[in-house]
Amino acid sequence: MFHGSTYSWIPFWPPTASNTGNVVNSLFVAETALAFAILATVIGLISTYLVLYRRGTAFSRADRVKKTWHFEIGWTTATFLLFFVAFVWGASIYIWMYQTPRGDLEVYAVGKQWMWKFQHPGGQREINTLHVPVGKKVRVVIASQDVIHSLFIPAFRLKRDAVPGTYETMWFKADKTGTYMLECSEYCGTEHAHMRGEIVVMSVPDYTNWLRQRGVHDSLAQEGEQLFRAHGCSGCHGANSTVHAPSLVGIYGTYVHLQDGSVRYADEAYLRDCILRPRSFTVAGYPPIMPDFSGQLSEDDLIKLIEYIRSLSAGNKGSVR
Amino acid sequence: MSLEAAVPAGFAEPSYLNSEHTLRSWLLATDHKRIALMFFASITLWFFIGGIAATLIRLNLATPQGLLQPDVYNRMFTVHGIVMVWLFLIPSIPTTLGNFFVPMMIGAHDLAFPRLNLASLYVFNLSGAVILYSLVMGGVDTGWTFYTPFSTLFSNGYVFAATLGVFINGFSSIMTGLNFVVTIHRLRAPGMTWTRLPLFIWGIYAVSVVMLLATPVLAMDMTLLSFARFAGLGIFDPTLGGDPILWQHMFWFYSHPAVYIMILPAMGVVSELIPCYARRPIFGYSGMAIALMSIAVVSFFVWGHHMFTSGISIFSAVVFSVTTFVVAVPSAIKVFNWTVSLHKGRISFDAPMLYALGFIVLFTIGGLTGLMVATLALDIHLQDTYFIIAHFHYIMIGGTVSAFFGGLHYWWPKMTGRLYPEMWARFTAILTFIGFNTTFFPQFILGYLGMPRRIYTYPAQWQSWNVLSSAGASILAVAYTLPLFYLGWSLIWGREAGPNPWGATGLEWMTPSPPPKHNFDRTPVVTLGPYSYDPEDGSYIMQDGTHYAA
Amino acid sequence: MPPKLTIAPEVQFASLEHQGETAQYGMWIFLATETMFFGALVFSYFVYRTTYWPQFAVAGRDAVFWCGSVNIAILLTSSLTMVLAINAGAQGRRREMVWFLVATLVLGVIFMCIKGYEYYQDWTDRVIPAVNFLMKPEETPSGELFWVFYWIATSLHAIHLSVGIGLILYLLLYKIPRGEITPEYYQPLEVIGIYWSFVDTVWVFLYPSIYLVGRS
Ligand code: HEA
Ligand code: HEA
Ligand code: HEC
Ligand code: CUA
Ligand SMILES: [Cu+2]
Repeated sequence: MFHGSTYSWIPFWPPTASNTGNVVNSLFVAETALAFAILATVIGLISTYLVLYRRGTAFSRADRVKKTWHFEIGWTTATFLLFFVAFVWGASIYIWMYQTPRGDLEVYAVGKQWMWKFQHPGGQREINTLHVPVGKKVRVVIASQDVIHSLFIPAFRLKRDAVPGTYETMWFKADKTGTYMLECSEYCGTEHAHMRGEIVVMSVPDYTNWLRQRGVHDSLAQEGEQLFRAHGCSGCHGANSTVHAPSLVGIYGTYVHLQDGSVRYADEAYLRDCILRPRSFTVAGYPPIMPDFSGQLSEDDLIKLIEYIRSLSAGNKGSVR
Repeated sequence: MSLEAAVPAGFAEPSYLNSEHTLRSWLLATDHKRIALMFFASITLWFFIGGIAATLIRLNLATPQGLLQPDVYNRMFTVHGIVMVWLFLIPSIPTTLGNFFVPMMIGAHDLAFPRLNLASLYVFNLSGAVILYSLVMGGVDTGWTFYTPFSTLFSNGYVFAATLGVFINGFSSIMTGLNFVVTIHRLRAPGMTWTRLPLFIWGIYAVSVVMLLATPVLAMDMTLLSFARFAGLGIFDPTLGGDPILWQHMFWFYSHPAVYIMILPAMGVVSELIPCYARRPIFGYSGMAIALMSIAVVSFFVWGHHMFTSGISIFSAVVFSVTTFVVAVPSAIKVFNWTVSLHKGRISFDAPMLYALGFIVLFTIGGLTGLMVATLALDIHLQDTYFIIAHFHYIMIGGTVSAFFGGLHYWWPKMTGRLYPEMWARFTAILTFIGFNTTFFPQFILGYLGMPRRIYTYPAQWQSWNVLSSAGASILAVAYTLPLFYLGWSLIWGREAGPNPWGATGLEWMTPSPPPKHNFDRTPVVTLGPYSYDPEDGSYIMQDGTHYAA
Repeated sequence: MPPKLTIAPEVQFASLEHQGETAQYGMWIFLATETMFFGALVFSYFVYRTTYWPQFAVAGRDAVFWCGSVNIAILLTSSLTMVLAINAGAQGRRREMVWFLVATLVLGVIFMCIKGYEYYQDWTDRVIPAVNFLMKPEETPSGELFWVFYWIATSLHAIHLSVGIGLILYLLLYKIPRGEITPEYYQPLEVIGIYWSFVDTVWVFLYPSIYLVGRS
């Protein structure tokens, strides 16, 4: 059962447990109120007219408005203004919610038919359940192994699609401990309905405890380092390689100039593209010799490699390890 | 045209219904009125097939565990969506009321290309047959949106047959739309200038333009998808370099305009009903016409609002949100104009008027919630939840289907020559309204609670709202079945309608009911705009200039 | 067979002229839908072309350059002969009209033959996706996409051209012998001519997109 919500037979309002949730709530309440006000105006006017001017009443029908342009221009402007307010409000929150900042900690989510797999940097793995600490910025990198899924956490009013072939990210700062629902909201096949689990928001001490209990594996970065050698990456990118390839130390979170003149921010999605489609993302000043690894690395391996490359960056020590 | 000619007592010509009697004369008819009736039969059939799927969906969702197997449920909502959208709602008003009344309302003797019109009917039915085939063979489980790479690589349904059916269906849309545009441009009666066109014609014109420019893109989408699925090509497969999101862009580039294909003709119908039953000219005729056309144009630039969470860039999301708000402005103008069109009217509450009033309220609710999902931050939460389901059912069923029923009742006497039983019709209109709100209002709440769409089983705490929704659906089922009986009854026992039972002003009311084969004995000459009703004394002037006292 | 039928307008038209102009109008609108149809294809092609510029350039070098180039010359010539046929028809020079139509038809058929030869070359080059496609190392992972679009675009164009050939045959074998194309009413000819030019125009867009871009 979900402790964060009081279970009720006739629920009206979902639990709210994050900074994003609160912000979206107020926007929702405001727009609902506006919608009701407009609806009430429309219904009110209609009913008044229906009563006053139904066939058989004696009210005068003379002097009807003939010139309509004043009215049209009037309510067009009013509507535009209202819409503009709603748009700006919604868009500014959206930008804030979807422009993922660096997190206090990072989690990888991989959607596959029909489960969510989560991996913590320390190597802890869970399925359909995600443990996060309260009050910390959590950054989730979302990948999909097969079809499009969508990671949906209603209590945070947050969702984002997991699109195969690329990474999406999202972030939140939970502000209430408890257990909340976690869903897949993009239709993904037979058991789409069962691609559901829970997100457990814990106090920071509880969370570190939990990590320790589960931390029996190598960390993701350590596993990544092994893969880095096994797939021959180190042969080119290693410190004492003779191949003219860029060093990967410290590239995470910097801006990279590409051969075609564009500049890309080196986040997870970029690293992924570099590994899988090096021809389309050749770094300026280097020969296009890096082999194409598409089809050779599973989503899990990719995550490990990327986490390894990320760990090579100094200044990325914020993670709660 | 003189007064005597307008009163069709002297008409000896047989009506279009009994000018010929052979089966062949129906199946190979080029008369737009007969084709309209045949279309009517087809889409009614599809409405009930789609409705049976809806019934199963609601039945399943009455309990949290669900009754159907997951694969069956998935097939049900897919078939419900495909059938309702392409085989019912998109063709609904244009091919029946539009086909029947566009030539009559502009004073033409037929559509410009009658054989093309007949071809459209057969192509439509062919597409229906292909989709039925995919259904009978085992169904499709992709949802009506066919999102890749699920539809191309993972689905175990008959995707190819379904997309082929949708592809064929597009040709029918294009043929019909082309016919309307050409007819409205070229076949207007003398004096029927653009500013004298009834708003229904404007609605059909706007929708035809959208059909012509959007449907070909759907055809290309379906071509690419079929190839990708059939031959395993990598067009949308990320491992072969394809981009699954490209599909969403291409699909919504068609399907967003398509949702306006579904609403524009309904807006046209309502703009006919309100002046007639309020006995008053429509408020802001040119504003209404401009609004219709601007919706049609702007609708091509908003498709991205279906993809706010699917990984388009923040910049494009912001742009699409702006355009979405812009496209809603003309709709707002229309709602205000309809409302004010009741002011100082002489209002009667015949069944078509009840449907029209229901339309305004339900469309407004649907539209306002549309704005909420167009607000970027809210859509993050609401996307792919039942809030969306409620939003579009409010507009499509509350809006378009209401308008369709309203128009059907309004023109029923003209099409059949008989009056429908008024009390039954009013009762049904009210029952529809009640059933509708009971079914779909709870879904807004479910949506905000976070219930995703397309799930066959859900946590028990959402059951109460789902039960309410299912209960409403059964009321709705009754309300949609009733007209079948009383309208059928009226065909035989209904009172003779006479040429103009409502005292309406359009050209279609100048000929006998049912009209003769070529609509008018002589091409009418138009001297006036539509809706010359006078609420002060109840008189009205037909568009050819003949005066009638109250 | 009577050399000249008197053609009456259909009931919904005021005159033959009205009918003819309406038909022409319908064709223009139909071509607007065709533009959207091919437009969607070319658009998605360029989406991938820009994403995978190097791979597409490698893949595109296998397209049989001379076939595409000769074909564009052929089609443009056929548009000319088509216009001359319409011109002749409008002025009542019947023989000339027929010969120009035959010329157009022959050019269309030659186009199709060259196209067929090109397809054969493609077969031996092993560039038919899903049939015998052989991925070259420099074009992974997306070189196949170029060929997917190549095949869809060129085959759709070929279908359209075949329809055009059919329509010209319809004129030559049915309409003209029955005397239904006269200086007073030659709209069927003109409408088909508009269609024919459109199909040529499509090739004018496909040719540079497929054969020229990225070939240096
Ligand atoms: C007939 C069909 C129809 C129509 C007309 C509309 C009209 C609108 N729709 Fe809707 N829509 C659908 C059918 C339709 N929609 C469907 C089928 C889907 C889901 C598809 C799927 O995923 O399966 C969908 C989904 C959908 C989404 C995507 C949601 C998501 O998946 O996340 C969005 C987002 O912006 C949206 C917005 C709108 C807006 C802003 C309008 C506007 O045009 C509405 C304009 C009307 C009004 C605004 C009301 C009247 C105005 C007033 C009374 C004025 C006063 C108001 C103010 C001053 C605020 N719709
Ligand atoms: C376009 C028109 C249209 C129409 C008219 C309807 C009509 C109805 N729709 Fe829906 N619907 C869609 C378009 C439409 N729908 C679309 C596009 C989707 C999305 C699909 C997707 O996700 O891919 C959808 C999805 C959809 C869902 C969500 C499914 C899911 O996501 O899991 C639900 C759930 O309640 C639903 C319900 C209904 C109901 C109760 C009706 C009712 O209005 C129907 C009423 C009619 C009848 C009931 C038939 C008449 C009566 C009989 C046949 C007699 C027998 C019946 C009984 C005795 C009960 N529809
Ligand atoms: C044959 C040598 C070679 C091998 C093996 C190789 N790379 Fe590279 N890599 C390069 C070169 C050269 C570049 C720069 C040009 C380019 O981007 O294509 C590069 C670029 C990159 C970049 C982008 C760096 C930047 O500065 O933005 C990343 C990330 C990367 N490689 C990761 C990997 C990983 C992970 C592996 C192993 C799975 C790997 N590489 C294997 C040669 C190689
Ligand atoms: Cu995963 Cu739905
Ligand atoms: Cu839309």
